[in-house]
Amino acid sequence: MATTRQTHLILKSVLAVDSASITAPISQYLLKRWGSVKRTFTSGNIAVAEGAITAGLKFYAGYPITPSSEIMEYLAEKLPKLGGVVIQMEDEIASINAVIGASWAGVKAMTATSGPGFSLMAEAMGLAVITETPIVVVNVMRAGPSTGVPTKTSQSDVLQARWLAHGDYIIPCYAPWSVQEAYDLTIKAFNTAELLRTPVVLLSDAVIAHLWEPLTIYDEGEVTIINRKVPKTGEKVLPYKPDPDLVPPMPVFGKGFKTLVESLIHDERGYYAPRDDSYKALLMRLHLKILKRLDYIFDYEAYYCDEECEYAVVSYGSTARVAYLATLELRKRGYKVCMLRLKTLWPLDAERLRKACRASKIIVVENNIGKIYMDIDRIYKDREVYSAPLLSLELPSLREVMEVISTWL
Amino acid sequence: MAVKSLETIHPLDRHLRLDRLPTMYCPGCGIGIALGAMFRALDRRIREGVIDPHKVVWVGGIGCSSRATLYVNYDAAHVIHGRAIAFATGVVLSNPELKVIVIGGDGDIAGIGGNHLIHAAKRNIDMIVVMITNFVYAMTGGQVAPTTPVGVKTTTTPYGNPEPPLNVIKLVASLNANYVARASITTPHYIENFFYKALGMKGFRFIEIISTCPEVYGRHIGLRDPVEMYNALKKRVKYKQKVSIEEANISWEEGIVIGEFVERNEPSYLELLGKVYTK
Repeated sequence: MATTRQTHLILKSVLAVDSASITAPISQYLLKRWGSVKRTFTSGNIAVAEGAITAGLKFYAGYPITPSSEIMEYLAEKLPKLGGVVIQMEDEIASINAVIGASWAGVKAMTATSGPGFSLMAEAMGLAVITETPIVVVNVMRAGPSTGVPTKTSQSDVLQARWLAHGDYIIPCYAPWSVQEAYDLTIKAFNTAELLRTPVVLLSDAVIAHLWEPLTIYDEGEVTIINRKVPKTGEKVLPYKPDPDLVPPMPVFGKGFKTLVESLIHDERGYYAPRDDSYKALLMRLHLKILKRLDYIFDYEAYYCDEECEYAVVSYGSTARVAYLATLELRKRGYKVCMLRLKTLWPLDAERLRKACRASKIIVVENNIGKIYMDIDRIYKDREVYSAPLLSLELPSLREVMEVISTWL
Repeated sequence: MAVKSLETIHPLDRHLRLDRLPTMYCPGCGIGIALGAMFRALDRRIREGVIDPHKVVWVGGIGCSSRATLYVNYDAAHVIHGRAIAFATGVVLSNPELKVIVIGGDGDIAGIGGNHLIHAAKRNIDMIVVMITNFVYAMTGGQVAPTTPVGVKTTTTPYGNPEPPLNVIKLVASLNANYVARASITTPHYIENFFYKALGMKGFRFIEIISTCPEVYGRHIGLRDPVEMYNALKKRVKYKQKVSIEEANISWEEGIVIGEFVERNEPSYLELLGKVYTK
């Protein structure tokens, strides 16, 4: 993974000029992945596709939707050359269901979409949860509700990512703030999915999707790739009997396991079990297998939080780029302010977040009506927590962010 | 425990998860007859060495017919309503060795799943879809289905169904499927023969099986008795050799035509994909 320091420096150099250069024009020196040079210059959408390739993606099903389409277009060209398959399905419902089927056929599978398509995927997301199917779903956020503004950005799907489907579950969700991080977190999304047999959401947005930045691509062996546990062929297995890590090895199709992939509440055999004890046992295990690995899933970056600060700015995704600039600007003006940037949106690690920052006043900056704020307020319930929401179709300007933060200074 | 003793007496036992018996199907339900005929065909193909049982995957959505996936002693998936074909598409494309059988009712396959059915047939993708038509949403208690005839009173059409039914055979036959056939549970030998043939083919293969549902549909049309309903269906079913698509009638008044409507050997999706990918 690119170090925090690298990302930090890249951003600093880009942002120091002026915030307009954040959406810099396409550079002349776009380099080919398959050459000897691993340093390239590309967009967030392509970084997601490249991250998926590095993670071992072999099946992609999707439906065109702005601003995510480049992910499918890029993979449609690359993946067949790497032994994979890309198919454009009849809708997003078909796409995610095909991806779940592909995962049970034994390969790493992904789909990408934006808000309207993400809404259509709700029911199948629950299927992936209850059948413990490792898949990655990318939502490149655009402005909603409904058709909204297809070509413009937003962060309004952060709670949708958390509670897309009906029922009780936790789905890990990552939010990159740069092209490099779009690549890194896509790999992490696949690793999390394979490690815990769970669907994982990567929440990008229209700014990250079409932002061009330097990207370092890793070769085999340069980055940890996790593959699901599979029982030995010929073994008699209970498809939902967990190991001590609460994750059952995955008896994929075609190996004689006679697996039953079951969408009903089921016991360890995968047999329908509409009883209190089986229901509780399954639901609690599905929750605990995620929470047990909070140490792995949850990640954030802290800037100046080791100093004594009065204020802390909390932000994530593309908005955090400007919130970071604002933090630097405020510090220049003499305010004692630090910043926390969430890389993982769900689940949040309350304990680590509380330890990460000692500021007494916390300002949550996000490009929506004020959503992650609700959880941050809960986590820091002994401190003053303020919502500084923006409803900006473009990446918010430094001035806009300074204004919403200043309300609470 | 009584079930255990059956293990040695029925030749098709190895196709079933015996520990799950008895099934949830109502007395007089036709799904058991359909499934039995399909097992006989599958058994023949396995014994011939054409099909490796470890490479067979059954996929079902939601409904009485889809529920068969719970009982088959194979790799199987009981997924969400209407999406079995979409799920199966991912399975087939990720491991072409797998032979996928999708099973579902007319509501699951042609109602909520209709768009996936159309596109799978359009792609001529390598899978068998078996649609068991009982003219009603049975599992949810008797609501109108895509195949319910005009005028029938259901729980959601208490004044009679105003919608003409969908002839799914004609729909699928208008697309690129390699095989389209219709049988009835009153003619299990045709179910067996059609399914047997389909198991030896490539591309998209669609078999509609007309079934009896005395418990729910029978209640709506005054044929509550399983034997009466079976006989009423049997009377209406007509097998035709070399039958055309135009003749594919399905009507309680004019009769139900069964037979093989489409039989082709066009390149399947997997073959076409292989071709474009190796260019």
